[in-house]
Amino acid sequence: MRQIAIYGKGGIGKSTTTQNTVAGLASLGKKVMIVGCDPKADSTRLILHAKAQATVMDLVRERGTVEDLEIADVMKTGYGEVKCVESGGPEPGVGCAGRGVITAINFLEENGAYTPDLDFVFYDVLGDVVCGGFAMPIRENKAEEIYIVVSGEMMAMYAANNIARGILKYAATGRVRLAGLICNSRNTDREAELIEALAKRLGTQMIHFVPRDNQVQRAELRRMTVIEYSAQHKQADEYRQLARKIADNKMLVVPKPLQMEELEELLMEYGIIADEDEAVVGVAEAACPA
Amino acid sequence: MANNLGLTVKPITGISPEEEARIAAWIDSPEYREKNFARQALVVNPVHACQPLGAELCAHGFEGTLPFVHGSQGCASYYRSTLNRHFREPAAAVCSAMTEDGAVFGGQANLHEGLENAYALYKPKMISIFTSCMPEIIGDDLTAFLKNARAKGVIPQDFPLPFANTPSFNGTHVTGYDAMLLAILQTLTAGKRVEDRCTGKLNFIAGFDTNTGNYREYKRIFEAFRIPYTFLADISESFDSPLDGTYRPYPGGTPLDEAADAVNGKATLTVGPHATQKTFAWVKDSFAGKHASLPMPMGVARTDAFMLKLAELSGHPVPESIKAERGRAVDAMTDAHQYMHGKKFAVYGDPDLLLGYVSLLLEMGATPHHILVSKGSKKLEKELQALLDASPYGKGAKIYLNKDLWHLRSLLVTDRVDGVLGDTHGKFAARDARVPLFRFGFPIFDRVNRHRFPIVGYAGVVHMVTEICNKLIELRDDTDDDRHFEMMR
Repeated sequence: MRQIAIYGKGGIGKSTTTQNTVAGLASLGKKVMIVGCDPKADSTRLILHAKAQATVMDLVRERGTVEDLEIADVMKTGYGEVKCVESGGPEPGVGCAGRGVITAINFLEENGAYTPDLDFVFYDVLGDVVCGGFAMPIRENKAEEIYIVVSGEMMAMYAANNIARGILKYAATGRVRLAGLICNSRNTDREAELIEALAKRLGTQMIHFVPRDNQVQRAELRRMTVIEYSAQHKQADEYRQLARKIADNKMLVVPKPLQMEELEELLMEYGIIADEDEAVVGVAEAACPA
Repeated sequence: MANNLGLTVKPITGISPEEEARIAAWIDSPEYREKNFARQALVVNPVHACQPLGAELCAHGFEGTLPFVHGSQGCASYYRSTLNRHFREPAAAVCSAMTEDGAVFGGQANLHEGLENAYALYKPKMISIFTSCMPEIIGDDLTAFLKNARAKGVIPQDFPLPFANTPSFNGTHVTGYDAMLLAILQTLTAGKRVEDRCTGKLNFIAGFDTNTGNYREYKRIFEAFRIPYTFLADISESFDSPLDGTYRPYPGGTPLDEAADAVNGKATLTVGPHATQKTFAWVKDSFAGKHASLPMPMGVARTDAFMLKLAELSGHPVPESIKAERGRAVDAMTDAHQYMHGKKFAVYGDPDLLLGYVSLLLEMGATPHHILVSKGSKKLEKELQALLDASPYGKGAKIYLNKDLWHLRSLLVTDRVDGVLGDTHGKFAARDARVPLFRFGFPIFDRVNRHRFPIVGYAGVVHMVTEICNKLIELRDDTDDDRHFEMMR
């Protein structure tokens, strides 16, 4: 069983990419489980065609204890026999979502959710590794491969680099490794080249460049993956390719995160930001001489 | 209004004495009981303590072992003071003393500094680490932290450092005991299994048991049987060491090499099936020899089963001296039965203990009328119900799962019993209901030396029956008028 965690900046398309890739793997005959690790609980809706799946923490809230839960209460099966679980969590602004992830994963482990017939387990994790709870999927004996979803936008790249720092910390004591960057295109300039270059600097690879296509949104409106909605569409091909590449991937590395200056140099090199002119820093547009 | 010194004081509330009396009567009413049992969000005076307390007790049961709380200091003080109030002995443990910064940045720095100090200052042979709530909430990854500690040279590579995740917000002290025992045995026995080696010994696991008299009773029985044994987590010396003028920081515990070799034992027996559920499941897969799980040997039937199992596992017949003991226990029960027969009792406490109380009471012809447990499982409920169904005296008895001692109070005042079996925490409810409380559980803060008297084995039967009956007789002596005050009882 290979356990894989997907990280990346909030809103970059982690859940969409994960579900389409998982659907791709399922169409190749693989047995997969998705564990959504985000209080928003939107990691499985395209597989289940559901608005929102009942989460582990929803049921804990309802019953007051995790001890009364059973696997069948929280695990649903969707497209391609993909097993789906959402950790869930508190309402925004209260409680501790990180502990929710820990509770949910402990529950799954203790109740035998990780059956030997599974080929892959995917953890779809909230935006950033903000606290210990959100690092739960990459602790010892959990996910050993991490893919970071990224685009050519500056902030997405900052986030990717930050996540690489988190991985480095855990790689020192465990077997967790960076397995590649998935570029989810935003049609920015020289995007593929830029992400290739970032991957190279981090010591990894851009495993696939997923072009932007509105077919993804059309499929999402029906709460479906592209693979299921339009199996013949070229975008479905892209996700199948990504799935195949992940299935065959052997390149697992301890990342070498960039220093801030290095990252900015890289962005300048590709013309994403202009060379720094100290004279204009902190000067408003109207006050600028020319 | 006057205080104890006769000085006038201003009443702090506007509630009149009449209103106070009305409320006092109301909370004793069936109407209030109904409201009390409808209560959901609040727990008043629970019947359990938290996981790390059990973990600490277990750690004290191993030779030269320093219990190490990873978390905040107040939590560590609570476990220590609870243990030393019960045993009236020191409970030496250390803490990583996490504060605000630890909560924000993670507890690794505290853990490392704490380990380095503890190792240098207290020279333990093993440090058993368990957690309070704070590091559990923030997701401290102890596996990684401890690897880092060894890599940094804070702790030598081969020094045993078992750890258990013991968040207080789920489970009870019993769960924590189980988690710590499992971690310690996994650490000590790693790589020690030798094909074809047999220690010839019985590994014995008592579970969460805070009665040092029980430990000595078990040992006495093993010696009568001439069974060589390894007691896994032996707290008897740790919390009942002789007062001879010498302070010993680690007064007892199971020798570490013996515990490590337990993996090659002839047989392993647990008498805390509820308190060692996870440990025993792992032992069955990992330890050589036979494995058996029996209920705590309380009452005659359960002690019989225990003796027969010992004979089976060891191949030694039940010694004549034990058979004679059994006969004397049955005699003691017969002599006492008229004082307990037909009486009703309320019982509360840990699952293993509760099953023992119920078993003994039914044997005496008494009814365990209210059986109350916090955080009890369906499995426990079934086992209790089976006991009740098998006896004519089980009729009318009711099991209350996931209830607290404020519920018990309502039961005691609206549906009266003759006595309560439990621990010190029930003293308020028992006082309000004016029924005697028999302290056999944990903790006992308000009586001395109780933990030195066994409640297991035939000796335990004699002790418990004697305690209960004599108290009931004494109550008659205290309350009978002159005409009924008799020489003979």
